[in-house]
Amino acid sequence: MDAEIREVLASYGRLPMGVGALGRSDDLYRAGLTSHASVNVMLGLEDTFDIEFPDALLRKGTFESIVSIASALVSLGVEPAVHEQGTK
Amino acid sequence: MTTITHLNERQFQAPERRVGEQIGADVAGPAADDVDSRSRFPREAIDALREAGMLGALIPVELGGLGLNLESVAESVTDLARHCSSAAMVYAMHQIQVACLVRHGDSDELRAFTRSVATEGLLLASATTELGIGGNVRTSSCAVQREGDRFTLQKQAPVISYGQYADAILATARRAPNSPPNDQVLVVCRKGGFGLEEKSTWDAMGFRGTCSLGFVLTAEGPATDILPVPYGEISSQTMLPVSHILWSSLWFGIASAAADKARRFVQAAARKNPDMTPPNAMRLSELTTVLQQFQDVVFAARARYSEISDNPEKTTSISFAIAMNSLKVSASTLVVDVVQRALLICGMAGYANKSPFTLARLLRDSYGAQLMVNNDRINANNAQLLLVSRGV
Ligand SMILES: Cc1cc2nc3c(=O)[nH]c(=O)nc-3n(C[C@@H](O)[C@H](O)[C@H](O)COP(=O)(O)OP(=O)(O)OC[C@H]3O[C@@H](n4cnc5c(N)ncnc54)[C@H](O)[C@@H]3O)c2cc1C
Repeated sequence: MDAEIREVLASYGRLPMGVGALGRSDDLYRAGLTSHASVNVMLGLEDTFDIEFPDALLRKGTFESIVSIASALVSLGVEPAVHEQGTK
Repeated sequence: MTTITHLNERQFQAPERRVGEQIGADVAGPAADDVDSRSRFPREAIDALREAGMLGALIPVELGGLGLNLESVAESVTDLARHCSSAAMVYAMHQIQVACLVRHGDSDELRAFTRSVATEGLLLASATTELGIGGNVRTSSCAVQREGDRFTLQKQAPVISYGQYADAILATARRAPNSPPNDQVLVVCRKGGFGLEEKSTWDAMGFRGTCSLGFVLTAEGPATDILPVPYGEISSQTMLPVSHILWSSLWFGIASAAADKARRFVQAAARKNPDMTPPNAMRLSELTTVLQQFQDVVFAARARYSEISDNPEKTTSISFAIAMNSLKVSASTLVVDVVQRALLICGMAGYANKSPFTLARLLRDSYGAQLMVNNDRINANNAQLLLVSRGV
Protein backbone atom coordinates (compact mmCIF):
# COMPACT_ATOMS: atom_id res chain seq x y z
CA MET A 1 0.00 0.00 0.00
CA ASP A 2 2.89 2.37 0.81
CA ALA A 3 4.20 2.14 -2.72
CA GLU A 4 0.85 3.18 -4.15
CA ILE A 5 0.51 6.01 -1.66
CA ARG A 6 3.97 7.23 -2.60
CA GLU A 7 3.06 7.05 -6.25
CA VAL A 8 -0.02 9.21 -5.68
CA LEU A 9 2.05 11.65 -3.60
CA ALA A 10 4.65 11.82 -6.36
CA SER A 11 2.01 12.53 -9.00
CA TYR A 12 -0.15 15.02 -7.12
CA GLY A 13 1.62 16.15 -3.93
CA ARG A 14 3.86 18.73 -5.62
CA LEU A 15 6.48 18.23 -2.93
CA PRO A 16 9.70 20.18 -3.43
CA MET A 17 11.85 17.19 -2.37
CA GLY A 18 11.40 13.76 -3.89
CA VAL A 19 8.87 11.45 -2.31
CA GLY A 20 11.61 8.82 -1.98
CA ALA A 21 13.32 10.89 0.67
CA LEU A 22 10.24 10.84 2.91
CA GLY A 23 9.99 8.64 5.96
CA ARG A 24 6.66 6.93 6.65
CA SER A 25 5.84 9.20 9.53
CA ASP A 26 7.37 12.42 8.23
CA ASP A 27 5.00 15.37 8.38
CA LEU A 28 3.85 15.91 4.80
CA TYR A 29 2.79 19.48 5.43
CA ARG A 30 6.25 20.32 6.72
CA ALA A 31 7.60 18.63 3.61
CA GLY A 32 5.66 21.13 1.51
CA LEU A 33 2.23 19.59 0.98
CA THR A 34 -0.20 22.49 0.54
CA SER A 35 -3.89 22.16 1.33
CA HIS A 36 -4.52 22.68 -2.37
CA ALA A 37 -2.28 19.74 -3.28
CA SER A 38 -3.69 17.61 -0.47
CA VAL A 39 -7.08 17.79 -2.17
CA ASN A 40 -5.49 16.45 -5.37
CA VAL A 41 -3.72 13.71 -3.41
CA MET A 42 -7.03 12.74 -1.90
CA LEU A 43 -8.68 12.56 -5.32
CA GLY A 44 -5.73 10.44 -6.54
CA LEU A 45 -6.06 8.07 -3.59
CA GLU A 46 -9.81 7.69 -4.16
CA ASP A 47 -9.14 6.74 -7.76
CA THR A 48 -6.21 4.42 -7.02
CA PHE A 49 -7.90 2.50 -4.22
CA ASP A 50 -11.44 2.86 -5.54
CA ILE A 51 -12.75 4.26 -2.27
CA GLU A 52 -14.44 7.43 -1.08
CA PHE A 53 -13.22 9.27 1.99
CA PRO A 54 -16.17 9.88 4.32
CA ASP A 55 -16.80 13.28 5.87
CA ALA A 56 -15.16 12.31 9.14
CA LEU A 57 -11.81 11.75 7.40
CA LEU A 58 -11.93 15.03 5.49
CA ARG A 59 -9.46 16.88 7.64
CA LYS A 60 -5.83 17.82 7.66
CA GLY A 61 -4.79 15.07 10.06
CA THR A 62 -5.72 12.36 7.58
CA PHE A 63 -3.03 13.52 5.16
CA GLU A 64 -0.35 14.35 7.69
CA SER A 65 1.94 11.42 6.87
CA ILE A 66 2.14 8.22 4.87
CA VAL A 67 1.27 6.35 8.07
CA SER A 68 -1.87 8.42 8.66
CA ILE A 69 -2.97 8.00 5.05
CA ALA A 70 -2.37 4.24 5.28
CA SER A 71 -4.37 3.93 8.46
CA ALA A 72 -7.21 5.95 6.96
CA LEU A 73 -7.18 3.60 3.96
CA VAL A 74 -7.19 0.54 6.23
CA SER A 75 -10.15 2.00 8.11
CA LEU A 76 -11.91 2.19 4.76
CA GLY A 77 -11.34 -1.51 4.12
CA VAL A 78 -8.23 -1.33 1.94
CA GLU A 79 -6.13 -4.44 2.65
CA PRO A 80 -2.58 -3.61 3.69
CA ALA A 81 -0.15 -5.69 1.58
CA VAL A 82 1.07 -8.68 3.56
CA HIS A 83 4.76 -7.77 3.50
CA GLU A 84 3.99 -4.38 5.00
CA GLN A 85 2.16 -5.72 8.01
CA GLY A 86 4.19 -5.38 11.14
CA THR A 87 6.02 -2.27 9.98
CA LYS A 88 3.34 -0.08 11.46
CA MET B 1 -27.19 20.43 10.62
CA THR B 2 -26.64 21.53 14.19
CA THR B 3 -28.47 24.42 15.78
CA ILE B 4 -26.56 27.40 14.61
CA THR B 5 -29.17 30.07 14.77
CA HIS B 6 -29.75 30.48 18.48
CA LEU B 7 -29.31 34.17 19.09
CA ASN B 8 -28.27 35.00 22.55
CA GLU B 9 -30.30 37.88 23.95
CA ARG B 10 -27.74 38.33 26.69
CA GLN B 11 -25.23 39.62 24.16
CA PHE B 12 -27.33 42.67 23.65
CA GLN B 13 -27.29 43.70 27.29
CA ALA B 14 -23.81 42.64 28.31
CA PRO B 15 -21.77 45.51 29.81
CA GLU B 16 -18.88 44.97 27.39
CA ARG B 17 -21.30 45.62 24.59
CA ARG B 18 -22.05 49.00 26.07
CA VAL B 19 -18.34 49.78 26.23
CA GLY B 20 -17.96 49.24 22.48
CA GLU B 21 -21.05 51.27 21.77
CA GLN B 22 -20.03 54.05 24.13
CA ILE B 23 -16.49 54.36 22.80
CA GLY B 24 -17.93 54.19 19.30
CA ALA B 25 -20.42 56.98 19.90
CA ASP B 26 -18.36 59.21 22.20
CA VAL B 27 -14.84 58.81 20.84
CA ALA B 28 -14.52 56.95 17.52
CA GLY B 29 -17.52 58.54 15.80
CA PRO B 30 -16.65 62.19 16.46
CA ALA B 31 -13.09 61.60 15.17
CA ALA B 32 -14.06 59.48 12.17
CA ASP B 33 -14.16 62.25 9.57
CA ASP B 34 -10.80 63.61 10.61
CA VAL B 35 -9.30 60.11 10.68
CA ASP B 36 -10.64 59.53 7.17
CA SER B 37 -9.73 62.85 5.62
CA ARG B 38 -6.19 62.87 7.03
CA SER B 39 -5.64 59.11 6.68
CA ARG B 40 -4.50 59.11 10.28
CA PHE B 41 -4.43 56.53 13.03
CA PRO B 42 -7.63 56.53 15.16
CA ARG B 43 -5.52 57.19 18.23
CA GLU B 44 -8.26 58.43 20.53
CA ALA B 45 -10.48 55.38 19.95
CA ILE B 46 -7.64 52.91 20.47
CA ASP B 47 -6.54 54.76 23.63
CA ALA B 48 -10.10 54.63 24.96
CA LEU B 49 -10.34 50.91 24.21
CA ARG B 50 -7.00 50.35 25.94
CA GLU B 51 -8.14 52.29 28.99
CA ALA B 52 -11.31 50.22 29.18
CA GLY B 53 -9.21 47.05 29.14
CA MET B 54 -10.73 46.12 25.79
CA LEU B 55 -7.38 45.32 24.15
CA GLY B 56 -7.27 42.37 26.54
CA ALA B 57 -10.92 41.49 26.05
CA LEU B 58 -10.26 37.96 24.76
CA ILE B 59 -7.53 37.21 27.27
CA PRO B 60 -8.58 35.00 30.20
CA VAL B 61 -9.06 36.69 33.56
CA GLU B 62 -6.20 34.61 35.06
CA LEU B 63 -3.89 36.35 32.61
CA GLY B 64 -5.18 39.80 33.41
CA GLY B 65 -7.71 40.10 30.57
CA LEU B 66 -11.46 40.59 30.59
CA GLY B 67 -12.08 36.94 29.69
CA LEU B 68 -14.79 37.75 27.15
CA ASN B 69 -15.80 35.34 24.44
CA LEU B 70 -15.42 35.94 20.74
CA GLU B 71 -19.10 36.67 20.31
CA SER B 72 -19.06 39.64 22.62
CA VAL B 73 -15.87 40.95 21.04
CA ALA B 74 -17.55 40.60 17.65
CA GLU B 75 -20.46 42.64 18.99
CA SER B 76 -18.15 45.42 20.05
CA VAL B 77 -16.45 45.35 16.64
CA THR B 78 -19.87 45.85 15.03
CA ASP B 79 -20.61 48.73 17.41
CA LEU B 80 -17.35 50.49 16.71
CA ALA B 81 -17.77 49.99 12.96
CA ARG B 82 -21.10 51.80 13.08
CA HIS B 83 -19.10 54.89 14.02
CA CYS B 84 -15.63 54.44 12.50
CA SER B 85 -14.69 51.51 10.26
CA SER B 86 -10.98 52.20 10.62
CA ALA B 87 -10.98 52.16 14.41
CA ALA B 88 -13.05 48.99 14.28
CA MET B 89 -10.63 47.40 11.81
CA VAL B 90 -7.62 48.17 13.98
CA TYR B 91 -9.45 46.70 16.95
CA ALA B 92 -10.55 43.62 14.98
CA MET B 93 -7.07 42.95 13.57
CA HIS B 94 -5.60 43.28 17.06
CA GLN B 95 -8.14 40.79 18.44
CA ILE B 96 -7.36 38.29 15.68
CA GLN B 97 -3.73 38.24 16.81
CA VAL B 98 -4.77 38.02 20.46
CA ALA B 99 -7.03 35.04 19.69
CA CYS B 100 -4.06 33.23 18.10
CA LEU B 101 -1.87 33.93 21.13
CA VAL B 102 -4.51 32.82 23.60
CA ARG B 103 -5.17 29.54 21.81
CA HIS B 104 -1.72 28.66 20.52
CA GLY B 105 0.81 30.61 22.62
CA ASP B 106 1.15 27.77 25.06
CA SER B 107 4.53 28.31 26.67
CA ASP B 108 5.62 30.16 29.81
CA GLU B 109 7.26 32.92 27.78
CA LEU B 110 4.27 33.47 25.47
CA ARG B 111 1.81 33.30 28.36
CA ALA B 112 3.82 36.02 30.07
CA PHE B 113 3.66 38.07 26.88
CA THR B 114 -0.09 37.51 26.60
CA ARG B 115 -0.42 38.74 30.15
CA SER B 116 1.44 41.92 29.30
CA VAL B 117 -0.83 42.46 26.28
CA ALA B 118 -3.69 42.56 28.78
CA THR B 119 -2.08 44.44 31.64
CA GLU B 120 -0.11 46.98 29.60
CA GLY B 121 -2.67 47.28 26.81
CA LEU B 122 -0.23 46.35 24.05
CA LEU B 123 -1.46 46.73 20.47
CA LEU B 124 -0.73 43.85 18.09
CA ALA B 125 -0.45 44.10 14.30
CA SER B 126 -0.09 41.44 11.65
CA ALA B 127 2.28 40.75 8.75
CA THR B 128 1.00 37.75 6.84
CA THR B 129 0.98 39.11 3.29
CA GLU B 130 4.37 39.19 1.60
CA LEU B 131 5.77 40.69 -1.55
CA GLY B 132 5.69 38.16 -4.37
CA ILE B 133 3.09 35.85 -2.84
CA GLY B 134 0.17 38.27 -3.16
CA GLY B 135 -2.66 37.46 -0.83
CA ASN B 136 -1.78 33.77 -0.57
CA VAL B 137 -1.07 33.89 3.12
CA ARG B 138 -0.45 30.17 3.46
CA THR B 139 2.96 30.51 1.86
CA SER B 140 5.96 32.58 2.85
CA SER B 141 9.20 33.29 1.11
CA CYS B 142 11.02 34.86 4.06
CA ALA B 143 12.39 32.49 6.67
CA VAL B 144 13.28 32.56 10.32
CA GLN B 145 17.02 32.28 10.98
CA ARG B 146 17.92 30.74 14.31
CA GLU B 147 21.19 31.22 16.07
CA GLY B 148 21.30 29.48 19.41
CA ASP B 149 18.29 30.67 21.37
CA ARG B 150 17.73 33.78 19.22
CA PHE B 151 15.97 34.36 15.91
CA THR B 152 16.25 36.95 13.18
CA LEU B 153 13.77 37.66 10.41
CA GLN B 154 13.42 39.99 7.46
CA LYS B 155 10.13 40.29 5.61
CA GLN B 156 9.05 42.43 2.66
CA ALA B 157 5.52 43.26 3.75
CA PRO B 158 3.37 45.16 1.25
CA VAL B 159 0.84 45.99 3.99
CA ILE B 160 1.16 46.10 7.76
CA SER B 161 -1.79 48.05 9.06
CA TYR B 162 -0.85 50.49 11.85
CA GLY B 163 2.61 48.84 12.00
CA GLN B 164 4.28 52.00 13.27
CA TYR B 165 1.79 52.21 16.16
CA ALA B 166 2.03 48.56 17.16
CA ASP B 167 3.77 47.19 20.24
CA ALA B 168 4.27 43.84 18.53
CA ILE B 169 3.79 42.44 15.04
CA LEU B 170 2.87 38.82 14.49
CA ALA B 171 4.56 37.75 11.27
CA THR B 172 4.43 34.56 9.24
CA ALA B 173 7.65 33.10 7.87
CA ARG B 174 9.06 29.77 6.78
CA ARG B 175 10.23 27.68 9.71
CA ALA B 176 13.85 27.65 8.48
CA PRO B 177 15.79 28.75 5.40
CA ASN B 178 15.52 25.25 3.92
CA SER B 179 11.77 24.82 4.59
CA PRO B 180 9.21 24.70 1.78
CA PRO B 181 6.98 27.80 1.34
CA ASN B 182 4.02 26.38 3.26
CA ASP B 183 5.96 25.15 6.30
CA GLN B 184 5.29 28.35 8.20
CA VAL B 185 5.55 29.57 11.73
CA LEU B 186 4.07 32.61 13.43
CA VAL B 187 6.60 34.86 15.14
CA VAL B 188 5.96 37.53 17.74
CA CYS B 189 8.15 40.51 16.82
CA ARG B 190 8.26 42.78 19.84
CA LYS B 191 8.79 46.51 19.98
CA GLY B 192 12.44 47.12 20.60
CA GLY B 193 13.25 44.00 18.62
CA PHE B 194 11.77 45.07 15.29
CA GLY B 195 12.46 47.80 12.78
CA LEU B 196 10.20 49.08 10.02
CA GLU B 197 11.50 50.67 6.84
CA GLU B 198 8.66 52.39 5.00
CA LYS B 199 8.28 51.22 1.43
CA SER B 200 4.95 52.76 0.46
CA THR B 201 2.53 55.34 1.75
CA TRP B 202 -1.14 54.82 2.56
CA ASP B 203 -3.52 57.08 0.68
CA ALA B 204 -6.28 54.66 -0.21
CA MET B 205 -9.93 54.68 -1.10
CA GLY B 206 -11.20 53.43 2.24
CA PHE B 207 -10.11 52.19 5.66
CA ARG B 208 -7.86 55.19 5.53
CA GLY B 209 -7.29 55.24 9.28
CA THR B 210 -5.75 51.77 9.27
CA CYS B 211 -2.48 53.31 8.01
CA SER B 212 -1.69 50.18 6.00
CA LEU B 213 1.75 51.12 4.75
CA GLY B 214 4.22 48.77 3.08
CA PHE B 215 7.37 48.02 5.07
CA VAL B 216 10.48 45.97 5.23
CA LEU B 217 10.16 44.36 8.63
CA THR B 218 13.37 43.32 10.35
CA ALA B 219 13.08 41.57 13.66
CA GLU B 220 15.11 39.72 16.19
CA GLY B 221 14.30 38.21 19.54
CA PRO B 222 14.34 35.09 21.68
CA ALA B 223 13.45 31.88 19.81
CA THR B 224 10.70 31.39 22.39
CA ASP B 225 8.78 34.15 20.57
CA ILE B 226 8.17 31.71 17.71
CA LEU B 227 4.80 30.08 18.36
CA PRO B 228 5.31 26.39 19.09
CA VAL B 229 2.67 25.02 16.68
CA PRO B 230 2.82 25.09 12.87
CA TYR B 231 1.12 28.15 11.36
CA GLY B 232 -1.11 25.86 9.27
CA GLU B 233 -2.82 24.77 12.47
CA ILE B 234 -3.07 28.30 13.83
CA SER B 235 -4.54 29.43 10.54
CA SER B 236 -7.26 26.81 10.17
CA GLN B 237 -8.18 26.57 13.85
CA THR B 238 -8.06 30.22 14.78
CA MET B 239 -6.71 32.93 12.50
CA LEU B 240 -8.91 32.22 9.51
CA PRO B 241 -12.23 31.69 11.31
CA VAL B 242 -11.65 34.53 13.77
CA SER B 243 -10.63 36.91 10.95
CA HIS B 244 -13.66 36.12 8.91
CA ILE B 245 -15.98 36.34 11.90
CA LEU B 246 -14.61 39.67 13.13
CA TRP B 247 -14.34 41.15 9.65
CA SER B 248 -17.88 40.16 8.75
CA SER B 249 -19.11 41.58 12.06
CA LEU B 250 -17.32 44.79 11.16
CA TRP B 251 -18.78 44.94 7.66
CA PHE B 252 -22.17 44.32 9.19
CA GLY B 253 -21.58 47.42 11.34
CA ILE B 254 -20.83 49.48 8.21
CA ALA B 255 -23.98 48.14 6.56
CA SER B 256 -26.15 48.89 9.57
CA ALA B 257 -24.76 52.43 9.81
CA ALA B 258 -25.72 52.98 6.15
CA ALA B 259 -29.12 51.39 6.71
CA ASP B 260 -29.64 53.69 9.66
CA LYS B 261 -29.04 56.75 7.52
CA ALA B 262 -31.45 55.45 4.92
CA ARG B 263 -34.09 54.80 7.55
CA ARG B 264 -33.73 58.26 9.05
CA PHE B 265 -33.90 59.79 5.58
CA VAL B 266 -37.12 58.00 4.72
CA GLN B 267 -38.63 58.79 8.12
CA ALA B 268 -37.79 62.48 7.71
CA ALA B 269 -39.60 62.46 4.37
CA ALA B 270 -42.58 60.67 5.92
CA ARG B 271 -42.84 63.27 8.67
CA LYS B 272 -43.15 66.04 6.12
CA ASN B 273 -46.07 64.33 4.48
CA PRO B 274 -47.69 61.84 6.86
CA ASP B 275 -50.52 61.13 4.43
CA MET B 276 -48.39 59.31 1.96
CA THR B 277 -45.82 56.52 2.34
CA PRO B 278 -42.70 57.92 0.64
CA PRO B 279 -41.71 55.97 -2.47
CA ASN B 280 -38.30 55.29 -0.92
CA ALA B 281 -39.92 53.31 1.87
CA MET B 282 -40.21 50.43 -0.57
CA ARG B 283 -36.47 50.51 -1.19
CA LEU B 284 -35.93 50.68 2.56
CA SER B 285 -38.00 47.57 2.97
CA GLU B 286 -35.87 45.77 0.37
CA LEU B 287 -32.69 47.01 2.03
CA THR B 288 -33.89 45.73 5.38
CA THR B 289 -34.42 42.26 3.94
CA VAL B 290 -30.80 42.17 2.77
CA LEU B 291 -29.55 43.60 6.06
CA GLN B 292 -31.46 40.93 7.96
CA GLN B 293 -29.95 38.24 5.75
CA PHE B 294 -26.50 39.72 6.43
CA GLN B 295 -27.08 39.71 10.18
CA ASP B 296 -28.25 36.11 10.13
CA VAL B 297 -25.19 34.99 8.17
CA VAL B 298 -22.89 36.74 10.63
CA PHE B 299 -24.63 35.55 13.78
CA ALA B 300 -24.91 31.98 12.53
CA ALA B 301 -21.19 31.88 11.73
CA ARG B 302 -20.32 33.11 15.22
CA ALA B 303 -22.47 30.43 16.78
CA ARG B 304 -21.10 27.76 14.45
CA TYR B 305 -17.53 28.58 15.44
CA SER B 306 -18.13 29.00 19.15
CA GLU B 307 -19.69 25.56 19.22
CA ILE B 308 -16.61 23.84 17.79
CA SER B 309 -13.73 26.23 18.48
CA ASP B 310 -12.15 23.87 21.04
CA ASN B 311 -12.35 20.90 18.73
CA PRO B 312 -9.43 20.83 16.25
CA GLU B 313 -10.93 17.79 14.50
CA LYS B 314 -13.85 19.97 13.48
CA THR B 315 -12.09 23.27 12.90
CA THR B 316 -9.62 21.63 10.52
CA SER B 317 -12.34 19.89 8.52
CA ILE B 318 -12.96 20.72 4.90
CA SER B 319 -16.62 21.53 5.49
CA PHE B 320 -15.73 24.11 8.14
CA ALA B 321 -13.14 25.73 5.87
CA ILE B 322 -15.75 25.98 3.13
CA ALA B 323 -18.24 27.52 5.57
CA MET B 324 -15.79 30.16 6.81
CA ASN B 325 -14.70 31.00 3.26
CA SER B 326 -18.33 31.37 2.24
CA LEU B 327 -18.97 33.66 5.20
CA LYS B 328 -16.22 35.99 4.01
CA VAL B 329 -17.46 36.07 0.44
CA SER B 330 -21.11 36.66 1.44
CA ALA B 331 -20.39 39.32 4.03
CA SER B 332 -17.94 41.24 1.87
CA THR B 333 -20.38 41.45 -1.02
CA LEU B 334 -23.47 42.07 1.12
CA VAL B 335 -21.86 45.12 2.70
CA VAL B 336 -21.49 46.81 -0.69
CA ASP B 337 -25.02 45.80 -1.62
CA VAL B 338 -26.51 47.37 1.50
CA VAL B 339 -24.51 50.60 1.31
CA GLN B 340 -25.40 51.00 -2.33
CA ARG B 341 -29.08 50.52 -1.57
CA ALA B 342 -28.80 53.17 1.14
CA LEU B 343 -27.19 55.50 -1.37
CA LEU B 344 -30.08 55.11 -3.79
CA ILE B 345 -32.52 55.80 -0.98
CA CYS B 346 -30.77 58.94 0.23
CA GLY B 347 -30.04 60.14 -3.31
CA MET B 348 -28.07 63.36 -3.56
CA ALA B 349 -28.10 63.76 0.21
CA GLY B 350 -26.13 60.53 0.38
CA TYR B 351 -23.88 61.41 -2.53
CA ALA B 352 -22.89 64.80 -1.09
CA ASN B 353 -19.76 64.78 1.02
CA LYS B 354 -21.09 67.32 3.49
CA SER B 355 -24.59 66.28 4.50
CA PRO B 356 -25.97 64.45 7.51
CA PHE B 357 -26.85 61.59 5.15
CA THR B 358 -23.51 61.36 3.34
CA LEU B 359 -22.51 57.79 2.51
CA ALA B 360 -19.15 58.57 0.92
CA ARG B 361 -16.96 57.14 3.66
CA LEU B 362 -19.11 54.07 4.23
CA LEU B 363 -19.23 53.31 0.51
CA ARG B 364 -15.46 53.67 0.13
CA ASP B 365 -14.80 51.55 3.21
CA SER B 366 -17.20 48.85 2.09
CA TYR B 367 -15.23 48.18 -1.08
CA GLY B 368 -12.16 47.13 0.92
CA ALA B 369 -13.95 44.01 2.07
CA GLN B 370 -13.75 42.07 -1.19
CA LEU B 371 -10.05 42.83 -1.63
CA MET B 372 -8.93 42.08 1.84
CA VAL B 373 -7.84 38.58 0.91
CA ASN B 374 -9.32 38.74 -2.55
CA ASN B 375 -12.65 37.00 -3.01
CA ASP B 376 -11.35 35.43 -6.24
CA ARG B 377 -8.66 33.75 -4.22
CA ILE B 378 -11.17 32.54 -1.65
CA ASN B 379 -13.57 31.29 -4.28
CA ALA B 380 -10.71 29.49 -6.02
CA ASN B 381 -9.87 27.77 -2.72
CA ASN B 382 -13.45 26.77 -2.18
CA ALA B 383 -13.69 25.49 -5.75
CA GLN B 384 -10.79 23.17 -4.99
CA LEU B 385 -12.20 22.07 -1.62
CA LEU B 386 -15.60 21.38 -3.15
CA LEU B 387 -14.04 18.71 -5.37
CA VAL B 388 -13.87 16.48 -2.33
CA SER B 389 -16.61 17.94 -0.14
CA ARG B 390 -19.41 15.64 0.96
CA GLY B 391 -21.91 18.42 1.45
CA VAL B 392 -23.00 20.02 4.69
C1 LIG C 1 -7.56 47.81 4.58
C2 LIG C 1 -6.63 46.66 4.42
C3 LIG C 1 -5.76 46.36 5.44
C4 LIG C 1 -4.86 45.30 5.33
N1 LIG C 1 -4.01 45.04 6.37
C5 LIG C 1 -3.13 44.01 6.30
C6 LIG C 1 -2.23 43.73 7.37
O1 LIG C 1 -2.23 44.40 8.39
N2 LIG C 1 -1.36 42.72 7.24
C7 LIG C 1 -1.32 41.95 6.13
O2 LIG C 1 -0.52 41.02 6.08
N3 LIG C 1 -2.15 42.19 5.09
C8 LIG C 1 -3.06 43.19 5.15
N4 LIG C 1 -3.91 43.47 4.09
C9 LIG C 1 -3.55 42.88 2.79
C10 LIG C 1 -4.07 41.59 2.48
O3 LIG C 1 -5.12 41.33 3.30
C11 LIG C 1 -4.45 41.60 1.03
O4 LIG C 1 -5.44 40.67 0.86
C12 LIG C 1 -3.38 41.17 0.07
O5 LIG C 1 -2.26 41.97 0.12
C13 LIG C 1 -3.96 41.15 -1.29
O6 LIG C 1 -3.33 42.04 -2.17
P1 LIG C 1 -3.66 42.02 -3.73
O7 LIG C 1 -5.06 42.47 -3.94
O8 LIG C 1 -2.59 42.77 -4.43
O9 LIG C 1 -3.39 40.52 -4.13
P2 LIG C 1 -4.16 39.29 -4.69
O10 LIG C 1 -4.89 38.55 -3.66
O11 LIG C 1 -3.10 38.55 -5.37
O12 LIG C 1 -5.21 39.83 -5.74
C14 LIG C 1 -4.89 40.60 -6.87
C15 LIG C 1 -5.65 40.15 -8.09
O13 LIG C 1 -5.17 38.88 -8.51
C16 LIG C 1 -6.20 37.95 -8.66
N5 LIG C 1 -5.71 36.65 -8.12
C17 LIG C 1 -4.49 36.45 -7.62
N6 LIG C 1 -4.34 35.18 -7.26
C18 LIG C 1 -5.46 34.54 -7.49
C19 LIG C 1 -5.89 33.21 -7.31
N7 LIG C 1 -5.13 32.27 -6.78
N8 LIG C 1 -7.12 32.93 -7.67
C20 LIG C 1 -7.90 33.87 -8.20
N9 LIG C 1 -7.54 35.13 -8.39
C21 LIG C 1 -6.33 35.48 -8.05
C22 LIG C 1 -7.36 38.51 -7.89
O14 LIG C 1 -8.54 38.22 -8.55
C23 LIG C 1 -7.14 39.99 -7.92
O15 LIG C 1 -7.80 40.54 -9.01
C24 LIG C 1 -4.83 44.52 4.17
C25 LIG C 1 -5.71 44.83 3.13
C26 LIG C 1 -6.62 45.87 3.24
C27 LIG C 1 -7.56 46.15 2.11
